[in-house]
Amino acid sequence: MRLQILERAADWPLVLPLFEGRIPAGFPSPAEDYAEVPLDLNEFLVQNKAATFLMRVDGDSMKDAGILDGDLLVVDRAAKPGSGSVVVVAVNGEYTVKRLRRTAEGVWLDPANARFQPMRVATDEELHIFGVVKHAIHTLR
Amino acid sequence: MNGEIFGLIDGNNFYCSCERVFRPDLEGVPVIVLSNNDGCAVSRSNEAKALGIKMGDPEFKLRELIKRENVRVFSSNYALYGDISRRVVETLTSMVPAVETYSIDESFLNLTEFRSRDLVEMGRELRERVLTWTGIPTCVGIAPTKTLAKLGNFLAKKRPQFCGVCDLRAATARAELLPSVPVEEVWGIGAASTAKLQKLGVATAADLAALEPEQARSLLTVTGGRVVYELRGISCLALDLLEPTRKGIAVTRSFGNPIFTWQSMSEAIASYATRAAEKMRRHKVEAAHLLVFIHTSPFAEGPRYSNSVSGRFMEATNDTAEVVGLALRLGARLWRDGYRYAKAGVVMTELLPETMRQPSLWSDLDREKRAKLWRVVDSLNADLGRDSVRLLSAGPTAAPWKLRASHRSPRWTTRWDELPKACAK
Repeated sequence: MRLQILERAADWPLVLPLFEGRIPAGFPSPAEDYAEVPLDLNEFLVQNKAATFLMRVDGDSMKDAGILDGDLLVVDRAAKPGSGSVVVVAVNGEYTVKRLRRTAEGVWLDPANARFQPMRVATDEELHIFGVVKHAIHTLR
Repeated sequence: MNGEIFGLIDGNNFYCSCERVFRPDLEGVPVIVLSNNDGCAVSRSNEAKALGIKMGDPEFKLRELIKRENVRVFSSNYALYGDISRRVVETLTSMVPAVETYSIDESFLNLTEFRSRDLVEMGRELRERVLTWTGIPTCVGIAPTKTLAKLGNFLAKKRPQFCGVCDLRAATARAELLPSVPVEEVWGIGAASTAKLQKLGVATAADLAALEPEQARSLLTVTGGRVVYELRGISCLALDLLEPTRKGIAVTRSFGNPIFTWQSMSEAIASYATRAAEKMRRHKVEAAHLLVFIHTSPFAEGPRYSNSVSGRFMEATNDTAEVVGLALRLGARLWRDGYRYAKAGVVMTELLPETMRQPSLWSDLDREKRAKLWRVVDSLNADLGRDSVRLLSAGPTAAPWKLRASHRSPRWTTRWDELPKACAK
């Protein structure tokens, strides 16, 4: 049998008809030409997937910053903590959530609740920051 | 120099470092992670190494030391290590496009395109970024071949003067350092090869590099010849970027407690077969062939028995019910009363991509419908936790033959109900 190459398959524009789901028999949807990808909350909440971790708040020492007991924290380890950042930081071998404040006298870890006291950290070396809190997600129950 | 440049980056005491990510209290104290079934130490923090704990030390031998020195002991938490490993690779990819994930804690990098940069500085930046983003300390080896990159990584880890990055690109650096590396530390040189080499007086990496490649090949097969070239700076191994197609999927485990009854054995086989079917679906492959083995402990007292049997499916499948069904029929043929069984396994071979599924000729099973069923089961189990929906033949979730993992830390990053706490008290 002799075969003759007529055309290379790779040269064709390979367009396959896509019939997914039901084809409405009536008038075509006017929205069809404006179809976009639905919004994804990850896009809003997570800048850096590799460096983002979730944590659960235990306690109300940050309530005046809008961070309540049981809230979900989106913590970014890649973000640079600056004065005023809410951070997750190791205090006495435990991760706690505080607001970082740098002053001439040193570094402070502030709560956001009058019942709690600010904490002074002598040097940056003693400051073990896990990451910067980018969002606190509060679920209404 | 115009050849390739490879990097090897790996996590220091990786499992222990993963345990520390969410436990700042574990910083500076001895930590060990035990193997499957809490058998022996498979990862040790530097503090634990300093106490003299060796790789593979059985847990029962360490008990006294653990108590006296307050060593923190963990069961393997693969959910955590796998997630952190993925994050490390993702972090590396943000700086280097060509990354080959070699194992859970090691990646090869192709650094050739960064030739004009200060690569030692780049190695430092990589370490810094992985530490900041994921919390994992690492070391980096840089060299013209993969074997030398591995060696550089070894030196970076063992010798503080390198500050975590060892560059073996220069022949002078290799001439200086290779004589100080024992030959068994060379990638690909195992215990048997080491014994053969030592008889010839080949004791160091430098001795091996000086060996005639022909002689190395006759002594250590093709690999040996390749190792010699690689140690001389001639690259024989390229970066393996494609995930190799799986040849087989094996689920084999030692039991938490020995098994005496077919009831327990059948539950074990059914649950390993379940896991194998899940793995196949995850990799979108089907198997045509299945092997089951069971055996007693080679170390324990008493009568010994070890046997395996294999069978073939009518058509390739990854349907849990079919895989479990065949595995149990085969297992029943192996079973003999009167032994203390220590281990069993289910091995799937002759794998084919799901897309090559043939229309059914033999069975009246509606394969599309069944595939849909298992997709639903998989997604339920993903949401509710492994084995929430399972075949009854796989037995209870807390059966005594199941692995011991009594010191497992929470799955911090993969379970909603095990998230780490941020204290606000």
